[in-house]
Amino acid sequence: MLKTFSLGGIHPAENKLSASSAIQVLPIPETVSIPISQHIGAPATPIVKKNDEVKVGQLIAKSSGFVSANIHSSVSGTVFKVDEIMDASGFRRTSIIIKVNGDEWMETIDRSADLVKEISASKEEIVKKIAEAGIVGLGGATFPAHVKLSVPPGKTAEVLIINAVECEPYLTSDHRVMLEKGDEVLVGTQILMKALGVNKAIIGIENNKPDAIAHLTSLAANYQGVEICPLKTQYPQGGEKQLISATIKREIPSGTLPIEVGAVVQNVGTALAVYEAIQKNKPLFERVATITGKSLKNPSNWKFRIGTQAKDLIDAAGGLPEDTGKIVGGGPMMGKALTTVDIPLTKGSSGLLLLPREEAVRKESKPCIRCGKCISVCPMGLEPFLLMVLADKKEYDRLESDAVMDCIECGSCSFTCPANRPLLDYIRLGKGKVGQIMRSRK
Amino acid sequence: MNTKVLIAPSPHVHSGDSIQKNMYGVVFAMLPALIFSFVYFGLGAIIVTLTAVASCYLFEFLITKYLLKRVPTLNDGSALITGILLAFNVPSNLPIWIILIGALVAIGIGKMTFGGLGNNVFNPALVGRVFLLISFPVQMTSWPKPLGFDTAYFDAETGATPLALIKEGLKKGEPLSQLMHDVPSNIDLLMGNMGGSMGEVAGVALLLGLLYMLFKKIISWHIPVAVLGTVAIFSGILHMASPEAYAGPLFHILTGGLLLGAIFMATDYVTSPMSNKGMIIYGIGIGVLTVVIRVFGAYPEGVSFAILIMNAFVPLINVYVKPKRFGEKRK
Repeated sequence: MLKTFSLGGIHPAENKLSASSAIQVLPIPETVSIPISQHIGAPATPIVKKNDEVKVGQLIAKSSGFVSANIHSSVSGTVFKVDEIMDASGFRRTSIIIKVNGDEWMETIDRSADLVKEISASKEEIVKKIAEAGIVGLGGATFPAHVKLSVPPGKTAEVLIINAVECEPYLTSDHRVMLEKGDEVLVGTQILMKALGVNKAIIGIENNKPDAIAHLTSLAANYQGVEICPLKTQYPQGGEKQLISATIKREIPSGTLPIEVGAVVQNVGTALAVYEAIQKNKPLFERVATITGKSLKNPSNWKFRIGTQAKDLIDAAGGLPEDTGKIVGGGPMMGKALTTVDIPLTKGSSGLLLLPREEAVRKESKPCIRCGKCISVCPMGLEPFLLMVLADKKEYDRLESDAVMDCIECGSCSFTCPANRPLLDYIRLGKGKVGQIMRSRK
Repeated sequence: MNTKVLIAPSPHVHSGDSIQKNMYGVVFAMLPALIFSFVYFGLGAIIVTLTAVASCYLFEFLITKYLLKRVPTLNDGSALITGILLAFNVPSNLPIWIILIGALVAIGIGKMTFGGLGNNVFNPALVGRVFLLISFPVQMTSWPKPLGFDTAYFDAETGATPLALIKEGLKKGEPLSQLMHDVPSNIDLLMGNMGGSMGEVAGVALLLGLLYMLFKKIISWHIPVAVLGTVAIFSGILHMASPEAYAGPLFHILTGGLLLGAIFMATDYVTSPMSNKGMIIYGIGIGVLTVVIRVFGAYPEGVSFAILIMNAFVPLINVYVKPKRFGEKRK
């Protein structure tokens, strides 16, 4: 029996259309728009101004607190302006717009493709360098990576878990990274182990990627303490709590962080970025994303410079299909619907999904028939049907006591509901309100 | 960009499951039992089924349209299930006018008074059935013998159900071992070769339906297993304590409406608890009440009453029995 998490879960159609498409390099655009808020936490502070010359990898916005991240230029050229433009959230946010001129990298970056296995940096140097390189969680949550590596006093890290689950349907960028950058990922994993002072790492991969499991398992023999853990394909296994439950059978108590059970989780793409930052001195200014969709001509995986327009990625894969009804930034379960393709891709862009119109339209919502399927699929053991009613009736006390804040917004309930009820929409509303009330109490 | 795109929160895909799929899945699971009832009880069974289904649809339509003044939603399949279940729960020679009353009570009082699908507290078909049993005890307990397909409807040859046979005999003081000679063998009971309501006799057909529903994940195992397990354990203890006074577990499981109740009536989505733990508590309650009514009560058969009584506890169970939360217990 393959391992999986303890409660609930669903198995949506995988639709990994781009799984066999090797990572290609997206041409550098004429201009890039780099938002200063690409991570969870405080926006970075721009340190360049109009007409400044910048190189690839040069710091252009400085982290403005502990939970914040540095931002580097992804291109060389001239700063055109620092202005507000619309980003993936649909809001206008401050961005640094750079006109590209050539492709001149910072001299400090080692551009060779040689694998550097020897880890010479010390524990403290690693954490510092990861912070400097502006690395955030590349699974989509974009939580600054150095924060998770700074274990709070009184707690100890026992194991590092690398999230290579990629449980979202359609997305394949992590899958391709494992196949094409296996050694780099494993060195990155060992760097993270050193930073945490742990001697054990588990890389969790769902068994719908047997080639990645086989490849990493054969490579891992050369890396001390790294274990590859095949997992049963089940959504939302990529959720931090679910992945910890699946790999080491520990449940994070409600309202606490993974370190409570001695675990630290990092994404496989983050491990690659860490390798590049520590061994190659290369800050985070490019990443791999999947562009996919059933009607798209050429579903594929691309390495792109941060700040490239979503439109450029779509055009590279054959252009926006006629029947597109929804453009999703990320996967179909947790991604965000975009209003336009004229937005910049950021550190958190793991993919773009173009859904055909007929799939994008929600079906009419019917009365709840109390089948209980939402409860049986909820990975957090909640009662989505009840939370929806309570949110609708504005019963915030009961919402809180029925653990609405435990919801990880995976969408399994809405996905499953035979009556097509918008369960998660209401739960999000309730969560927002209850969160406000809880904060005001402090 | 010239294409208009939709904006909505995640998730952006749906399983494709629907109320209809589940309802018609249940109907499909009832087909074996329905076919068996036609084979055993002949024309009468067909007339009763058609009348019950048609009248359930009719009453739902009339009530939604003219009393509630809403757009009737007949295509969800729930009226079809109520109709078939009502037919399953009555003898195959029940006069048409009584079936009409049963359907009116089932749909009108059992379901629409509460606001229609999803809101009713009690299983509508059972509300109809119990109303008829109390109002028309004679017609509701004259069971045609399963003589194979014939065209007799009103004048079918009738006989007692095995449960009633045992109950009467024990009341007269006859020993159980003697009485067991008069009831059909376990194989006959399983195949449905006994008197009883239309849909309850063929245990093997009902079990086929259960397997289908479990396989299709229409229902989970919790309720049927809890009900049948409780009846087996409870009646087994009684049987061991006094073998001459109480029938054994297999007899209790195969006779009366227990299989029909445990598989198709107790598992009704709307009137059963939502969480797995709740379902087990509910199932145990039904099992205990069934045996208590059958063994100690006035009626030979207690499944319908047991389910209706436990239906009333469902809101309470839903409030107090919470599913196991992730990260809840940790030492």
